[in-house]
Amino acid sequence: MQTVFIMKKRLEVPFDREELIKLKAGDTVVLSGTLLVARDAAHKRFFEALQKGEELPVSLDGDTIYYMGPTPARPGKVTGSAGPTTAGRMDKYTPRLLDMGLCAMIGKGRRSEEVCEAMVRNKAVYFAAVGGAGAYLSKCITASEVVAYEDLGPEAVRRLTVEDFPVIVVADAAGGRLY
Amino acid sequence: MGTGVSVDWKILMREIDVKIITENIKEMCISVNHRLSDDMEEAMRGAAKKESCGRGREVLDILCKNLEVAGQEQIPICQDTGMAVVFLETGQDVHLTGGDLTEAVNEGVRQGYEEGYLRKSVVSDPVIRDNTGDNTPAVIHTEIVPGDRVKITLAPKGFGSENMSRIHMLKPADGIEGIKEAVLRTVKEAGPNACPPFVVGVGIGGDFEKCAILAKKALLRKVGEKNADRPEYVGALERELLEEINKTGIGPAGLGGDTTALGVNIEVFPTHIAGLPVAVSICCHVNRHETRVL
Ligand code: SF4
Repeated sequence: MQTVFIMKKRLEVPFDREELIKLKAGDTVVLSGTLLVARDAAHKRFFEALQKGEELPVSLDGDTIYYMGPTPARPGKVTGSAGPTTAGRMDKYTPRLLDMGLCAMIGKGRRSEEVCEAMVRNKAVYFAAVGGAGAYLSKCITASEVVAYEDLGPEAVRRLTVEDFPVIVVADAAGGRLY
Repeated sequence: MGTGVSVDWKILMREIDVKIITENIKEMCISVNHRLSDDMEEAMRGAAKKESCGRGREVLDILCKNLEVAGQEQIPICQDTGMAVVFLETGQDVHLTGGDLTEAVNEGVRQGYEEGYLRKSVVSDPVIRDNTGDNTPAVIHTEIVPGDRVKITLAPKGFGSENMSRIHMLKPADGIEGIKEAVLRTVKEAGPNACPPFVVGVGIGGDFEKCAILAKKALLRKVGEKNADRPEYVGALERELLEEINKTGIGPAGLGGDTTALGVNIEVFPTHIAGLPVAVSICCHVNRHETRVL
């Protein structure tokens, strides 16, 4: 699907770290490749597992998490509606995940100071996707598979394949911020 | 059975089977999640034409395209298909038959969210947080009104914006300036978190819970529509607040621009000599609602 963002860069996911740290707050980017999907309940489980010293069901090192919980796919479709959820609710759990190698996040809305500090420390980037454009964004998703915590339903961890998925850099690896 | 009294009731009361309510709620759950009301759609398209910031225009174009894709391909407008909020105005001359009304409403939600491929976003307990799996229960506000009709309004609410709604218990001395300040502060805090452009519902007066319900109900009024029954100051306040909100620069998706809200709708109610309650219900651009009268 044709994306509307005009001044856009094209990047692959998982990111090449060299490319990632070149991005500046305000840059529009279209992403192609694979992403992890996790939101509130999955983050809570990640966190509890780490506190018990257990391994996570997926490796986050070098990966990107899209904060999202889709609607069920209609028969024959890859996914349902699939726009971003508010990132700030994941703030409590995020610094720990960044320290484990998570290198980018996609959501909407503001992040805490702790998350921004952990992002600079780990040279990570936070992107926003357009909130409330779930039908449109679903057209940029070419595959979706549940990879952990299936019992969480809409909050299960998924692996998505995306093509030209439009995002904008809200917070860059050097600490620059759009909001 | 067969007494004079029951015969009189039958004459006076219009009977409505609650199964009809179930059926209507089911249909509305599906329709509101795929298509916005005409006033909302027009407001979005109008804003996309008027927005002066390039980035803001791009976002509004995406949102207009999103509405097209949603309608044409039957993909929900937003993946957060909301918690179902149902306003039921039941005429006092109506006799509801065929079962439990609350259960009938919840059954409509259950069927609508399943058959419409909508997301189940409700947990059974706020602390334990197990997903109920069928998006029930709905939040139901029932009112008994004169007449023999039942008016059903369904307004599913996403929580990105619901989380940014606030109640301010102001002092009478805060007056209209205090109200403006409270609304503006709430909108600025909501910012990019709540998917602007917003529709801002404001409830002024009543008590703690009454003002919240007024604010929610204000979202049901068409954007830009005046309400002749309200005191004079309300229309001016709505216009002024809309202007101020659009001067914040938050813009579509919070990425900058002059379309931060599409409308401000205010409802008022008498209040106590000691109080000035103000509730601000923030709704994202996916302001979904439909009303049917049985
Ligand atoms: S705030 Fe509204 S548009 Fe944004 S994700 Fe929630 S329901 Fe969708």
